[in-house]
Amino acid sequence: MSATIDTHGHDDDHDVHHHKETFVTKYIFSQDHKMIAKQYLITGTIMGVIGVLMSIMFRMQIAWPEQPNVLFEALLGDWAPNGVMDADIYLALVTIHGTIMVFFVLTAGLSGTFSNLLIPLQIGARDMASGFLNMVSYWLFFLSCIIMISSLFVEAGPAAAGWTIYPPLSALPMAQGGSGMGMTLWLVSMAIFIASSLLGSLNYIVTIINLRTKGMSMTRLPLTIWTFFVTAILGVVSFPVLLSAALLLIMDRSFGTSFFLSDIFIQGEVLHYQGGSPVLFEHLFWFLGHPEVYIVILPAMGLVSEIMASSSRKPIFGYRAMIASILAIGFLSTIVWGHHMFISGMNPFLGSVFTFTTLLIAIPSAVKAFNWITTIWKGNLQLNPAMLFSIGFVSTFITGGLTGIILGDSALDINVHDTYFVIAHFHLVMGISALYGMFAGIYHWYPKMFGRMLNKNLGYLHFWITAVCAYGVFFPMHFIGMAGLPRRYYTNSNFPLFDDVANANVVITIFAIIGGLAQIIYLYNFFSSIFFGKKAEQNPWRSTTLEWTAPVEHIHGNWPGAIPHVYRWSYDYSKPGHDDDFVPQNVPMKEGEEELLH
Amino acid sequence: MTALLTIIIVLFVAVALWQMVKIFDLAQVGTTNTQVADDHDNKINGYLMIGFLIFIYVITILSFWYLGDLPLMSNAASEHGPGLDNLMIISMVVIFIVQTITQFLLHYFAFKYRGEKGKKAFFYAENHILEIIWTVIPVIVLAGLIIYGLFTWNDIMVIDEDEDPMVIELYAQQFNWKARYSGGDNVLGKANVRLIDLDRANILGIDEEDPNAKDDVIVTELHLPVGVPVLFKMRSQDVLHSAYMPHFRAQMNCVPGMVTQFGFTPTITTADMRENPDMVEKVKNINELRKERKAEIEDMGQDLIYEFDYLLICNKICGKSHYNMQMKIIVETQEEYDAWMKEQKTFPNSLN
Repeated sequence: MSATIDTHGHDDDHDVHHHKETFVTKYIFSQDHKMIAKQYLITGTIMGVIGVLMSIMFRMQIAWPEQPNVLFEALLGDWAPNGVMDADIYLALVTIHGTIMVFFVLTAGLSGTFSNLLIPLQIGARDMASGFLNMVSYWLFFLSCIIMISSLFVEAGPAAAGWTIYPPLSALPMAQGGSGMGMTLWLVSMAIFIASSLLGSLNYIVTIINLRTKGMSMTRLPLTIWTFFVTAILGVVSFPVLLSAALLLIMDRSFGTSFFLSDIFIQGEVLHYQGGSPVLFEHLFWFLGHPEVYIVILPAMGLVSEIMASSSRKPIFGYRAMIASILAIGFLSTIVWGHHMFISGMNPFLGSVFTFTTLLIAIPSAVKAFNWITTIWKGNLQLNPAMLFSIGFVSTFITGGLTGIILGDSALDINVHDTYFVIAHFHLVMGISALYGMFAGIYHWYPKMFGRMLNKNLGYLHFWITAVCAYGVFFPMHFIGMAGLPRRYYTNSNFPLFDDVANANVVITIFAIIGGLAQIIYLYNFFSSIFFGKKAEQNPWRSTTLEWTAPVEHIHGNWPGAIPHVYRWSYDYSKPGHDDDFVPQNVPMKEGEEELLH
Repeated sequence: MTALLTIIIVLFVAVALWQMVKIFDLAQVGTTNTQVADDHDNKINGYLMIGFLIFIYVITILSFWYLGDLPLMSNAASEHGPGLDNLMIISMVVIFIVQTITQFLLHYFAFKYRGEKGKKAFFYAENHILEIIWTVIPVIVLAGLIIYGLFTWNDIMVIDEDEDPMVIELYAQQFNWKARYSGGDNVLGKANVRLIDLDRANILGIDEEDPNAKDDVIVTELHLPVGVPVLFKMRSQDVLHSAYMPHFRAQMNCVPGMVTQFGFTPTITTADMRENPDMVEKVKNINELRKERKAEIEDMGQDLIYEFDYLLICNKICGKSHYNMQMKIIVETQEEYDAWMKEQKTFPNSLN
């Protein structure tokens, strides 16, 4: 394979570079994929803390509406006069929470971390195809984080039009305080974020196609790599559309064009806009927005598949069906965006088409869920924290995914659209599930990242508190939504009709606070183990994939000698005829041994 | 100053938690020499998996117990409503069956097959028959749901012009609703935001020259005669809004620059709905809760005792007061409706 020869050719350079590394090139402007992965993870973690803190604040407002709260007074300052949260700021918190969690934590934090860490290590490559682009990608992401955070300090408040930033609300500063400077910063930040994401995705695709080691055919790849591959393709296909939507919105806002605006009378005056349509924006936004949820969930699926097989000491059940369902989900996810728009005013016939394509996604999703369950059947389950989070992932994915049958059905969507039912659905199926996937990945690959082990008992504590709180928060929300309560309401007290769900909202908030605080356990475990954790062995989980054949110490180029060759698929766990219950991919076939799949 | 103190207190709480975790962490030194799960961990977490399965079932039952009356999912007040509710119930039954079984299998397997030293897992990589079974079953179930769903959707969205529905415009602006009746000719007068003239009180931008506008009636409370098909034409003057009428299973966005529509036939008058046993129960429950919060509610200037009314509420984020954008809907008999309509001013009479 030419790729192998090519990477071998770099061997000598690596040693030379190794000596020249300074603090700056090693820790800051690093081009090493392992360091970039850690940078993504830590940046994502910090953004995650901010996002979760925001959610706790607005949950407190929902539970105890318009009550003075010292926390608001301290953190929100002028936006919470006398400690009572301002209604505009409530919307801003909701908006920035959504933006941060979806893009900065679950896209960059999850995909950025694990694609970077695992792609070269699991396919047997020295590094990404372009280390430089990889570095640029991270620093663009970092820049977009800074801009997004700085929008929190704009006097009129950050963007507050919901994370979907539908115009005209997001386009007109007179419609809402947050649609001024705050929205400008939001759009600039997202434009940079998209550039970062595109550079990253292109790099992942090129690396996976070109730099696989000898013997690593596509059908021997671990499922993690398959999901990163499809995720990167989805990103390349759909993120540019959001970029165009953002650019057109910037034009409408600043240069007087009318792409999304028409016939507007606001605050006593008619605006000049003529001929645009907000529905066009919705199409462009959701053309990214829907694939985006799969960009978030697919890597989590890959991580969970890998961890489930390794921790069950069993091959993943239905490897080929898993790949087929990843591809099917990837494809279908690009043709279902209209289910967010059933009642947007688009032609009802289009609604029928999108109902059909949307419900089709349930089929590959069901195949995946059943295959995971069969994977643990008759296994020898090593219930490490990573495995618990993986099981938790399947659990919340099923609970949250099933309600998609209701929301994807245009007729039923009429009555539950934009209610708390939707909040419950997508938080369980993509929010909590993807977070579980991310936690599972962190617990599993921490030894690979930092050369040390996380404390498992803290991990157990973290999982069980989080698992109970996640259901405690989001399960009752289905019922609140079924009662018709709209989302994004600052307070429900103007609707006595919904008074009977007020107590449920208090319970939900208490679960949210406990769940949020429980993350301190994780943060402690994560940061203290970097320095004080028990030193890791080379292959602590006794896994088959190539990353565990690399030394614990990080070196530029991953393997000290030649890159290992691959002789088998990545799921030879408990294979009859072998003494050990795992056979690493770089172990040659025994004579007469049959390869199950290739 | 209080702000600073609060931040310090919050920091202290966080540090205290951090330290507690640290003590927990340090207390384990020597007790465990590995960070990889051993048989003991597998056993404890295996049992916890069963505990968690029970927790999921319990929280489901509790949610049904406390929040399961779902009056907005039963007693639909429109002609298409019961059909839609039926589809909802069928979907929910499917979901609950699948949810109960799959969660059981997942957590039970996690318990049953918890790891033990020396045990070997069953090498089982593929079974095409099984995979075909669990591909085909969802296909069949979903095909049923898709077909049922599409028929229901078409019934609702395709408006039968032969029925000659009463045309009413719903007009949204930050942060209130107006309704415009088309009058005797059942045709709305032309309108555009560019014709809005606040000095003359032409707040909806209706074309005064248009003869069809002469009998239009603008109101702030929506009255509908029971049993008469209505076709709503929605407009918005500023940002996106969504006209959500949950009791009628009706919702459509109001989009600046275009007219959207949604039609339904109300079937239960407000008076009848107030006497519906489920609604009586719900209102009683709400009023008991409101009495507990008496002072707070009177502070807000609301009536303490709640009486049921249909509502049109905004369900698309539209700005600061999105949470309070509503209009009362009253469904009444034709006679009551006619009497009410007689008292309303027509558009030309409402101008200054």
